[in-house]
Amino acid sequence: MAGEQETVDGSLLAVDKLTKVFGTFAACDHIDLAIRTGEIHALLGENGAGKSTLVKMLFGVLAPTSGRILWQGQPVRIASPNAARKLGIGMVFQHFSLFEALTVAENIALSMDPGVSLAKISDEAASLSRSYGLPLDPKAHVADLSVGERQRIEIVRALLQNPQLIILDEPTSVLTPQEADRLFETLAKLKSEGRSVLYISHRLEEVQRICDRATVLRHGKVTGACDPRQETPASLARMMVGSDVAHVSAEGTGVRGDVLLEARNLSAAARTPFAVSLKHVCLKVRGGEVLAIAGVAGNGQSELFDALSGEYPVADASAIQLRQKPVGTLGINARRLIGSGFVPEERHGHAAVSALPLSDNLVLARSESDRKAFIGGGRLGIIRQDAVKRATKRICEVMDVRKSGEDPAAGSLSGGNLQKFIVGRELDRQPSVLVVNQPTWGVDAGAASRIRQALVDLAKSGSAVLVISQDLDEIFEVATEIAVINEGRLSDAYPAKELSREKIGLLMGGMHVGKQAESLDAH
Amino acid sequence: MGIVEAILLTVITAATPLVIAALGELVTERSGVLNLGVEGMMIMGAACAFVATQLTGSPYIGILAGILSGALFSLLFGFLTLTLVANQVATGLALTILGLGVSGMIGEAYVGQSGEKLPQIVFPLLSDIPWLGPLLFKQDMIFYLSIALVIGVNWFLFKTRKGLMLRSVGDSHSSAHALGINVIRTRYLAVMFGGACAGLAGAQLSLVYTPQWVENMSAGRGWIALALVVFASWRPWRVVVGGYLFGAVSISQLHAQAFGIGIPSQFLSALPYLATVAVLIIISHNRRTTLINTPASLGKSFVPDR
Repeated sequence: MAGEQETVDGSLLAVDKLTKVFGTFAACDHIDLAIRTGEIHALLGENGAGKSTLVKMLFGVLAPTSGRILWQGQPVRIASPNAARKLGIGMVFQHFSLFEALTVAENIALSMDPGVSLAKISDEAASLSRSYGLPLDPKAHVADLSVGERQRIEIVRALLQNPQLIILDEPTSVLTPQEADRLFETLAKLKSEGRSVLYISHRLEEVQRICDRATVLRHGKVTGACDPRQETPASLARMMVGSDVAHVSAEGTGVRGDVLLEARNLSAAARTPFAVSLKHVCLKVRGGEVLAIAGVAGNGQSELFDALSGEYPVADASAIQLRQKPVGTLGINARRLIGSGFVPEERHGHAAVSALPLSDNLVLARSESDRKAFIGGGRLGIIRQDAVKRATKRICEVMDVRKSGEDPAAGSLSGGNLQKFIVGRELDRQPSVLVVNQPTWGVDAGAASRIRQALVDLAKSGSAVLVISQDLDEIFEVATEIAVINEGRLSDAYPAKELSREKIGLLMGGMHVGKQAESLDAH
Repeated sequence: MGIVEAILLTVITAATPLVIAALGELVTERSGVLNLGVEGMMIMGAACAFVATQLTGSPYIGILAGILSGALFSLLFGFLTLTLVANQVATGLALTILGLGVSGMIGEAYVGQSGEKLPQIVFPLLSDIPWLGPLLFKQDMIFYLSIALVIGVNWFLFKTRKGLMLRSVGDSHSSAHALGINVIRTRYLAVMFGGACAGLAGAQLSLVYTPQWVENMSAGRGWIALALVVFASWRPWRVVVGGYLFGAVSISQLHAQAFGIGIPSQFLSALPYLATVAVLIIISHNRRTTLINTPASLGKSFVPDR
């Protein structure tokens, strides 16, 4: 570690015994970190390891309890995000700080210096986003954009400020492999310009590919500082988790049963001008299969989920078949009663009410489908608190949900643990059809592997599982069949073993490579 | 002057206070604050404007008094809801009740006095244009102010950085706070602008519409202004459409009653409300634009954590 000490002086940003204590809990405990000029530095760690707390202190959102931050060798106090920006630190948040009712350009303008005209920002943002391969329409309203597109705004917004150090929190989780490649080129370009990047990711392959050095956090402490290229994914994962990450085993899936979920020529008009319409989607999922739908954010994934789950029923009843029954016009609860389960994309506000405890969230989701178990008192509809508490406990145990207290508010759980709970809530019913949208978005490696294994196990027990995901690693881990959605059209499903990443990438790529893919197929 | 022109003039007079009060409330709500006290601030403006005019003899000082009293009254609302984080709905309702009471007290000695009507400002040449001239260029100062306000508010909200910041505060106060925008100060200013506009609208009632003081003379116009803001989906020009439509139908139903048309008078009295609601529902039926224009933080209190 002697070499580490020397670099502190020559580094762009150094952190010296930085500590943040919430009550009696040390979220960051004497963290040392040095980022050199012109390097891409990885910050690895599971959710709850203290990465976000550390980064918030660096960006002036939280004040450290003790310790020092040195910028170009000088001790500094970063009191606000504005102060951080003035120093030359840019940040791309994982939970976006965007205004939904404003346009892309207006969102960017708000974080720029006053006096720059909106038209100029629009032009700059458009050209910058194009040159970095992150296409954006400056006039689009954020409310109409997908999660992936929103992240692009955050990245472009940070880049527009011309920072010396740019902090990226899980930037590639919503990009296609090709887009991620372009982002890596961007990062390489930034690095060659002498800028530094602090890159937070769970994706070990990525970190190994682009990062020069890595600092690994666990339980608020630095557990390792290394050159990721000298390590294996397994050794990095061990540093992160403290033990080996369970490998998801897809053994035993692929025993084909009856078709349990089917879409026949499913079409749905776009509900808003910026949404995607579904165009003649056909799919079949048999018992024992996991069909994964890959695609770039905003290509009709949410619309497909809404139609399949019954959140927005379609006009044609026979367009969607659950266990050979036409259900297109039915709502969610009617479909759940036929034996299906649905897990939507957004954890907070969609899959769970953040302010309510887990047990209430359980009742909200299953009060109709498990009426007998949870609701008593005939027409009065009194909640059987005991049964609900028992079921909550059972789900938490099965899915290894780590929480503070017996029945905490959903919002107090970390993303990974809440996701385990809402997936577990559906699995607990042993549904014969499960539709999941982005099951592990922004979830740490341990929780993601737990969730994926649970999906595979459900398929093994004879259910049909449909996973909509943007994460190709995930898709290859769980899927028996893969289809790709692009602009509301679904490709044919291919057996997972026969598809390469490149082929999926071409199918995903949209207009610019889409035509190429078609012509490749034609020949 | 023909009968049609006379009717149009009364329509303008009836619509102006609605448009002014609704514009002020629109700015307040765009910043994320729901002030249900428009009626109370309006009647305070009416009382103070009338009393100040009687005391000084100058209706212009009356206008100033109306604006000031509305702004001060809204400051009370701002202090309770923004600094003390009281519930906005309850505080707004209390403000209306308080305003009706206090204004009655202020104006008590002036009931029945005939007031001075705000003089017309005539633009030479322009006012000679047939038809339009007398309608648009031979009006009182408050009418001209209302037109300037519509243009100004629209420009401010959608073309300036300060307006963008105000809208961002109304959309997500925590994100705005994270960007370093002073949420509470922005909301104070927006609330006071809303109060000033309501006060000016009140001054129009007691100086132009019926130049005298009668207790309760705002007669629910503050509530109509509030409804206009929502139905206009928080767009300034739609407020103008709604306000003038309401004015037009309420005046024409009066004439219809005078002519003795065989329709029950209760139905005719309800007509302005029905027509305004119907038209505004039609222009705001596009759910997407409504969604984008609705301030997402409306009515939510902001307490910075750190």
